[in-house]
Amino acid sequence: MLTLDGLSKTYKTGDSALSDVSLTVPKGQIMGLIGPSGAGKSTLIRCINRLVEPTAGKVLLGDVDLARLGKAELRRQRRRIGMIFQEYALVERLTVMENVLSGRLGYVPFWRSFLRKYPAADIQRAYQLLDRVGLMDKADNRADALSGGQRQRVGIARALAQNPELLLVDEPTASLDPKTSRQIMRLLTEICAERDLPAIVNIHDVPLAQQFMQRIVGLNAGRVVFDGPPEALTEAALTTIYGEEDWNAMRKGDAEQAEAEADARARMEAIA
Amino acid sequence: MTEIAHYSEVWRHRTPRKRLFMWMGWLALVALFVWCWQLMTENTMWYFVLDAPRQAADIGGRMVPPRWSYLPELMQPLWDTINIATLGTIGGVIMAVPVAFMAARNTTPSQTILRPMALFIIVTSRSINSLIWALLLVAIIGPGLLAGIVAIALRSIGFVGKLLYEAIEETDARQIEAIEATGASGAQVLSYGIVPQIMPAFWGISVFRWDINIRESTILGLVGAGGIGLKLQASLNTLAWSQVTVILLLILATVVLSEWVSARMRQAII
Amino acid sequence: MSSVAAYPTTWRRPPQIVKDRRWRIALQIGIFVYLVLAISTVDVNWSRVYEGLERGQRFAMGFLQPDFTSRWTDISRGLIESLTMTLTSTVVGVIISVPVGIGAARNLVPRSVYYVCRGIIAVSRALQEVIIAIFLVAMFGFGPFAGFLTLSFATIGFIAKLLADDIEEIDEAQAESIRATGASWVQLINYAIQPQVMPRLIGLSLYRLDINFRESAVIGIVGAGGIGATLNTAIDRYEYDSAGAVLLIIILIVMVAEYSSSYLRKFLQ
Repeated sequence: MLTLDGLSKTYKTGDSALSDVSLTVPKGQIMGLIGPSGAGKSTLIRCINRLVEPTAGKVLLGDVDLARLGKAELRRQRRRIGMIFQEYALVERLTVMENVLSGRLGYVPFWRSFLRKYPAADIQRAYQLLDRVGLMDKADNRADALSGGQRQRVGIARALAQNPELLLVDEPTASLDPKTSRQIMRLLTEICAERDLPAIVNIHDVPLAQQFMQRIVGLNAGRVVFDGPPEALTEAALTTIYGEEDWNAMRKGDAEQAEAEADARARMEAIA
Repeated sequence: MTEIAHYSEVWRHRTPRKRLFMWMGWLALVALFVWCWQLMTENTMWYFVLDAPRQAADIGGRMVPPRWSYLPELMQPLWDTINIATLGTIGGVIMAVPVAFMAARNTTPSQTILRPMALFIIVTSRSINSLIWALLLVAIIGPGLLAGIVAIALRSIGFVGKLLYEAIEETDARQIEAIEATGASGAQVLSYGIVPQIMPAFWGISVFRWDINIRESTILGLVGAGGIGLKLQASLNTLAWSQVTVILLLILATVVLSEWVSARMRQAII
Repeated sequence: MSSVAAYPTTWRRPPQIVKDRRWRIALQIGIFVYLVLAISTVDVNWSRVYEGLERGQRFAMGFLQPDFTSRWTDISRGLIESLTMTLTSTVVGVIISVPVGIGAARNLVPRSVYYVCRGIIAVSRALQEVIIAIFLVAMFGFGPFAGFLTLSFATIGFIAKLLADDIEEIDEAQAESIRATGASWVQLINYAIQPQVMPRLIGLSLYRLDINFRESAVIGIVGAGGIGATLNTAIDRYEYDSAGAVLLIIILIVMVAEYSSSYLRKFLQ
């Protein structure tokens, strides 16, 4: 369980990115974080594993306050938090297997990681995860030889290799096409359900969030302005989050995507 | 279009002020050039200068035909030259790597002390040509291959260090962030996040420097630091111009060959 | 999903560059043998090196406590020679480079001119400054005039090559539009080529100014004047404190030149 208590972040320039955010994410819940760009979604996610240092407040994962840890202890705690990135952020010139195994870096000593001599159990798990995300045959390929959707699957496998208790997901579909986006979102939700894993998913695509999230939190200018189930996300609620904008255009685009997807599914079934 | 009188009748590329400024600049450059020329040629013996074409014809006449029988004698020094360049490059690269990591903004352990120090090492090594390093080292540790190797290594630190630290600063921060997020230690972030990203640059720079070092090591013998330059010096001292021709042609062939090898190797890496 | 035990327990990183195992081993042995052979040719006289350590220490001390005063007349003369040589040779070199560079651009001139100009560039680039200096000193006598000629010649190879490559890469559409107005060859150069390559030329000249100063410190060793001659004398006399002073001056001037030229390039663009 993750609890944020009065989390705030003010950048050196004086810009306030987060002010007084308090949230609780229980076990197994997938929470979507929506809001206009610059609302502080990315900052919020990065404050949790302290890639960005929060200025005030608590980040409680179980009963450890992550915001108050020293460097060595922070590294140990980061193992418990898996992170998935917008542009995959794989190490492009390493193989897929090395990228997945890099999820174990926090558990192994330097010499093992340097010589690529990981414990047998880690390698088995890595293969298992690659199989789970459907990339068993790509283990020896270099990461930059994969397509966008495949790279994001490797990113998911890397995060899961950490054996995390929480997933932080930063715009997982921002650089993917609509169909692949849905596949990735479905994979994410399935995996979270299998492991009873809580996740915070930072997402800009509102229809996608409504379809896959169990709970939605809306941020505007660093403050929580909406917190509820996807059904409660009405036109009025969206306006408080985003300000005045034309939502119908987005809905229409969404209908097109759904159609495309239904079409693809029908074709898949025909082949099978 | 009756209002055409509003427009200036003369079209000018630049504003008058800017033009004046530019002309002043060019004028200053010409004046500086004339002044420098006078200072430089104060002690020039114009008699020698006027005599130069005759001298050139004389030397040219003595240079041909090349004394090809001298060639076998040059093989050992040529081997030495290649060794100076290769071992010097290896030594220089080994020393340059830590310097580069200290100099790069995103990996330096200390912005205030180590980074300026590393930058100073780089600029010192870059400002002083390998021939000058060799001159110093021959005086300090005596003539021979070792002086040449160390000279090449010292000169390479700056070149490799500068290009490598720029490559480190240009690495993709997101890949590094992702490795940090797994709970990796500092050394692990280095070996998984940064090293794979700079590897192609590293090999490219090293091979490129090796190519330059072959070129530079051919003349180190002039100051006693071993290699084919020793033979050049000896032939020049005895005014054996026909041997000088052979040496120069051999140097030229070596340089062309090393350039080809380095181009092929860089292609293979990238 | 099958049970964990069904998956392999080992993984080896596949080789990235040399894929064949035999070739890889052969390459490794080859490198090892070369290194052993190469290192064995380095015949080090360790007692001489040991003696040298004391001298090295004196040199390090000289570098830390440089002596600018006792040889100041020599140093200042060498410095003036170096600086004047640098400036004049860069100016003359660049002036000659412009026609050579235009002549070496394939898209502007007939074939025969192209080959002649590329030939000049190739010769100038293949020969090192020091070797050119040896010849020019033999022809023109000792002193900065030979150095000036050396650096001018080297500048031609450097600038003309880059200039020619630049001209070959210019936007053909612009040149075409000027040609279409019925412009002559000279007008074409003036209107289409010059505006596109002028900023680059100025940048390159400043960069070459920098290199020429560094080189002027070297060619003095073979008698072509400049601060290198002063340095050579200082080291021959074992006056390490004066040598240290000369080296510090060189480093300082190179640093100043580098910063001011990068500033000037930004200002001019």
